[in-house]
Amino acid sequence: MKFSENWLRSLVDLSADTATLERRFNMIGHEVESLERLGASLDGVVVAEIVACEKHPQADKLQVCTVSVGNAQLQIVCGAPNARAGLKAPLAIIGAILPNGIEIKKAALRGVESNGMLCSAKELGIDADASGLLELASDAPAGKALSDYLGLPDNVIELGLTPNRADCLSLRGIAIDVAAAFDAKRKFDAIDPIAPKSKRTIDVKLNADADCPRYVGRVIEGVNPNADTPLWMSERLRRSGIRPISILVDITQYVMLELGQPMHAYDAAKLNGAIEVRRARKDEKTKLLDGRDYTLTPEYLVIADAKESVGLAGIMGGLDSRVTDTTRDIFLEAAHFAPATIMGRARNLALHTDASHRFERGVDPELPRIAMERATQLVLSIAGGTAGPIGEAAIEASLPKRHAVALRRTRLSRVLGITVPDADVERILTALDMNVERTSDGWRATPPTRRFDIEIEEDLIEEVARIHGYDNVPTHAPSGELALHLRPESEVAMSRLNLQLASSGYREAICYSFVAPELLEKWSLADGAVALANPLSADLAVMRTSLLPGLVEILQSNRNRQQERVRLFESGLVFNNASGELKQSPNIAAVACGRAQPESWTGDKRVVDFYDVKADVENLLRLGGGKRAIEFRPSSCAWLHPGRSADVVVDGAIIGIVGGLHPRLLKALDIDEDIQVFELDVASVTAGRVPRARPISRFPSVRRDIAIVVPDSVPYASIETTVRRALGAALSDLLVFDQYQGPNLGSGVKSLAIGLILQDDSRTLTDQDADSFVSRAVTALEQECHARLRG
Amino acid sequence: MSDTLDKISHLLTQLREKLTPDAEAADRFRSIAEKIGLLRGIEGIKKRQSALDDLRVELLGKAGVITAQLKSLGKLPPDQRKSVGEFVNRAKQQIESAVADFKSSLDEAAFEKRLAEERIDVTLPGRDADLGSIHPITRTLDRIGEIFARLGYVQADGPEIEDDYHNFEALNFPPHHPARAMHDTFYFPDGKLLRTHTSPVQIRAMKNAKPPLRIIAPGKVYRSDSDQTHSPMFHQVEGLLVDETSSFADLKGTLSEFLRAFFERDLEMMFKPTYFPFVEPGADVVIRWQLPDGSSRWLEVLGCGMVHPTVLKACGIDSERYTGFAFGMGAERLAMLRYGVTDLRAFFENDVRFLAQFA
Repeated sequence: MKFSENWLRSLVDLSADTATLERRFNMIGHEVESLERLGASLDGVVVAEIVACEKHPQADKLQVCTVSVGNAQLQIVCGAPNARAGLKAPLAIIGAILPNGIEIKKAALRGVESNGMLCSAKELGIDADASGLLELASDAPAGKALSDYLGLPDNVIELGLTPNRADCLSLRGIAIDVAAAFDAKRKFDAIDPIAPKSKRTIDVKLNADADCPRYVGRVIEGVNPNADTPLWMSERLRRSGIRPISILVDITQYVMLELGQPMHAYDAAKLNGAIEVRRARKDEKTKLLDGRDYTLTPEYLVIADAKESVGLAGIMGGLDSRVTDTTRDIFLEAAHFAPATIMGRARNLALHTDASHRFERGVDPELPRIAMERATQLVLSIAGGTAGPIGEAAIEASLPKRHAVALRRTRLSRVLGITVPDADVERILTALDMNVERTSDGWRATPPTRRFDIEIEEDLIEEVARIHGYDNVPTHAPSGELALHLRPESEVAMSRLNLQLASSGYREAICYSFVAPELLEKWSLADGAVALANPLSADLAVMRTSLLPGLVEILQSNRNRQQERVRLFESGLVFNNASGELKQSPNIAAVACGRAQPESWTGDKRVVDFYDVKADVENLLRLGGGKRAIEFRPSSCAWLHPGRSADVVVDGAIIGIVGGLHPRLLKALDIDEDIQVFELDVASVTAGRVPRARPISRFPSVRRDIAIVVPDSVPYASIETTVRRALGAALSDLLVFDQYQGPNLGSGVKSLAIGLILQDDSRTLTDQDADSFVSRAVTALEQECHARLRG
Repeated sequence: MSDTLDKISHLLTQLREKLTPDAEAADRFRSIAEKIGLLRGIEGIKKRQSALDDLRVELLGKAGVITAQLKSLGKLPPDQRKSVGEFVNRAKQQIESAVADFKSSLDEAAFEKRLAEERIDVTLPGRDADLGSIHPITRTLDRIGEIFARLGYVQADGPEIEDDYHNFEALNFPPHHPARAMHDTFYFPDGKLLRTHTSPVQIRAMKNAKPPLRIIAPGKVYRSDSDQTHSPMFHQVEGLLVDETSSFADLKGTLSEFLRAFFERDLEMMFKPTYFPFVEPGADVVIRWQLPDGSSRWLEVLGCGMVHPTVLKACGIDSERYTGFAFGMGAERLAMLRYGVTDLRAFFENDVRFLAQFA
């Protein structure tokens, strides 16, 4: 809501300066979004009349004007296209300094003397219009200081009103809040009823129940549609961001700004028979003021005459019935439309009008008659004419009523944490036009009909707090009862996982949760992807089914910025609908490329491989503690390297994958190096156990190393499983410290060197004990893994 | 060092003169004297150590020349035994001590040599130093969570694909309400949506547990808006307290304390009335922020208010008995202020040169 500060000040007896007013607006909940100063420096600019215009002898685009400033005539050279004899326009006389910094000096333009400058609105800093001279009304007094004539200086204040305060979408509404905030008097002119001088009426039928419970109409005959809009009105409109159009339209706009009631003026000659307010028919066509055709549904409310719809109720009038410069008789409309009837409708048609903005937030249902009288008064005094009687159709039962709301003194202080003196509570509520009665435990306040937002006790508490001032509420620490529902110790904190990966050299990234569908296609991860109905762009159209496509994109963009070794991780939700039921599960994923270690003088140039990243996965899984059965089984995942990737299996369930990306995927992504990745289900990683301590054996352990040769096809995991099963509790640990394949072994086999750490809880193991364990292990390996000891 | 050898030579000479050894012993004395001479010429600590060791054995070992002389004392006439015995013993001790001195000086030299050889350039970088980093938004969310954890708030979360009920309706946004227009919402064809704020977690928390409640819910939220100062995905932290005594004064106290703790300094702040359908009274919290050029401006950092009774009722909480407050804040805004990040987009570009600044 944008308006002239001078206009507001004409409605409230206010001594506060602009800065105080601005601060106070913010403190009562109306945020000042902008404050624009107008005409701060217009000394030396006066109203001038162009008496004569002649072509400049040396320049096609210039004219030499003789200009009257009342008591004197000056010669001015002017290039504005609209300079013409008879025009009144602002003149900056010699010595004036315009708001844009230009100082006016006596000058000769192409040899012709000029004693000042005729100005556009832009040059004066009062409007953006630079197309020509600011055209003043023909009755503007030549020689008068322009700032006096235009009511300057002024400020244009723009408030960011919250959607609950539709009552402040008018100058009077704002003035009421300001008066309450400053405890100041209002200066509202009385709006007296105007007695009809003609009998002409147009019947109105309300056929939409609560959608439109009140409609006020009036015919005014014989108006002059071409009367000039008075300067005070056009300036107030302009400063509210509304461009004056013609007197009849301007009056409806002005009344809307002043009182808050959207109005519409029809050309009475274009209406056929009675007016009806009804739902639109299915596929009903209508042409609105914007010149566009609309096809409606019964969702919309229309104003119709006997023949067709003449306007979209509460949103925009019809094109054919609009007032024009040949209109003689008008029909003025001021109606009440229920917010629910208007909400969302304009938006559905890609429209947003001042009327729909107000109606969908709620307009005072008692306002139509007052607004009608005010509009009539303005029409008669400016455009003339003869007013008929006011015709009002109403469905009393459907009109919104304001009911009394109780405010308990104890509740007020409980919610605010401060006791507001009774006198202040009463003053505040009364200043906001509430009808306040005292009760045994507080008050009953009936809000005015324009305050749709006051329905319950808390609404009144907010009003009291707002005007009393949030600043006056103390700060205090909560003292209420505390019930701690903490994360169980067995669950590994997310921050622990993050730190673990950061400690392993990964940098955390945060990618958008939506990606391009083509990207998921490339990864064969599009199955079950959920698409947005209204994505911002095709690149952000589907929800990710995996964290990796996004992370790899980020890895690539970093590679393109000369980063050769990149390690990134991310945790976040992935979304999948493949089972028919939407799953949103937290995953954690990482990607790595480049050297295994940062480049250094120590010269380890090895490139990161499967086993590096597998170790990071193993470390994450260790954070939960306890002994879970963790397996890495060759993965058949389509986008992973078939020989260098694994499913991560915990207690029999696949909880993620680890490995190198498939060369085909790398090619599709235009990446020319290997990338190692992993992605795990967070819940499986964080599900841990509270540690249970075991006693440590007091007896020394014995280590025996064996070297075995097995067929290539035997995975290490089988060897480990076999040995563990064969040795049971005696094996305290097992490690593999070498793997070898080579010509001197023969093809199809590999050699593994394995260390067995043997220990007993109750005695020291002898050499014989150790020998027998080793031979038990070797026998098992021979039988189950086709192994032989390497000779 | 040669002093020590001189001393040993001198003692040996005295000994030989005193004892008048037999021919064999005289040979051994001569041979030892030669070895001492050779030892003087040996280069290298290890060789000298080894030569010294040989010398010690020949002098003082079980079959050493001095040991042999002591054994042969019995052959002397009784009247000489005592004086010669004392003389030999004294000489033996002096030789032992001289040899020990010599040995320890050689050991010391060897040690010094080793240390000199083991010297490295300690200014070279450590091996495989490789620390990653935590994203500044995560860092910010963690800090906010930690501050509220101290105030007894417990972490909660909720889904990002939400339904209209939790995101709007239960929070007192009726269908088509203009307040919804302030949320540019991403929808799915089935009517579900990407949550536009973390406030739906309030609803889930209140439906899941009975008051007293103190929850803090960080998470991603989505709005269909993208430019220099808006990201279609960003992060919020929602807070909720419901108990039998909470008031707007408690809300002011909690958030003042939070902002002071988060920025680690006292801040000028203001609570301004505003409207969120799910709180009443509602407020925006603005802080006065110093700009690099010395000027300052008011910045909005939080939205908050007393939980609307309609919302409490929708969650089955008796709004007469319980009151509560809720607040929400944008993590990006707070992180930008805290860490001096000037471009919102940096958070989602994930340039490692940016990320690396937040180890």
